Amino acid sequence: MNHLPYIAASYALGILVPVGFALSAWLRLGAARRRLAAIDPRAKGPGASQRTRQGAGSRARREATP
Amino acid sequence: MDAHSIAAPPAGAGRSLHRFANPGQFLRLSGAVLPWVSAGALVLTGIGLIWGLFFAPADWQQGDAVRIMYIHVPAAWLASAGYMGLAVCSVLSLVWRHPLADLAAAEIGPVGAGFTALCLATGSLWGKPMWGAWWVWDARLTSVLVLFFLYLGHVALVRAFDDPVRGYRAGAILALIGVVNLPIIKFSVDWWNTLHQPDTITLTGAPSMYLGMLWPLAFSTLGYSLAFAAIVLARTRAAVMERRIRGLLMTRASSQEPVA
Repeated sequence: MNHLPYIAASYALGILVPVGFALSAWLRLGAARRRLAAIDPRAKGPGASQRTRQGAGSRARREATP
Repeated sequence: MDAHSIAAPPAGAGRSLHRFANPGQFLRLSGAVLPWVSAGALVLTGIGLIWGLFFAPADWQQGDAVRIMYIHVPAAWLASAGYMGLAVCSVLSLVWRHPLADLAAAEIGPVGAGFTALCLATGSLWGKPMWGAWWVWDARLTSVLVLFFLYLGHVALVRAFDDPVRGYRAGAILALIGVVNLPIIKFSVDWWNTLHQPDTITLTGAPSMYLGMLWPLAFSTLGYSLAFAAIVLARTRAAVMERRIRGLLMTRASSQEPVA
């Protein structure tokens, strides 16, 4: 009996499940980081402080200033 | 409990645990560790799977179908280990009110359910050519299915309440009750006469597996374990940030409300 379809299906699932979780976590983390940088000028992270100073952070500060 | 509302850390073991409960400290620490864990996961899983699929020998009885083991065994290990992690977070949450433990438990749940589903699916794909059936109501298979339902129950319960703290508490209690299933999974093949094979690798005895199969299995298991850790770390980091965003927005909204 040829077991190839069972092996191929197992390896496909074994790669797809962790990659799917990793991708969704990465997207969620990126979205949270951008949103936090936009509303919290103190937000730290890779590139977040720079983004905060240049863009969204200064916008947030402008909004906060009466 | 809100991640920001850490007033006075409790004494003893709780104090040392609360040292790591600071969300800022967790974000710094996990940010430094995450790239290394992710890279390790990618490299080790890659080595394990390629070795297992192309270079490891076929089994004299099962033939090439034994290569499903390099996915199925790590998934089965992580299904149980993930639940143990969930239970540890639940203890930290219920006993020491550790603020990050609630978030970590809520993030372990879906990932653990995913890996348990992977274990069940690959087991089924392995069972069909070997046993001639996709599923049998064997003690090992049934107890892992119960574990899957426990994960799903935890995921649902945590999200079932308007007050997230009540959801975390209910989920923690369910997780601790479900721990009783872990020894049942482990010893099911010894306690009952099952179709599932007994353990090949034990803590006390030498493995009854050829080394040419054992090494890729070790790489694959370590790689998948690091992948699980990386995914949970990344999700918990995102959850901490999202909680901080909610806190900031609520503070801003309450400061802008007109005084009556």
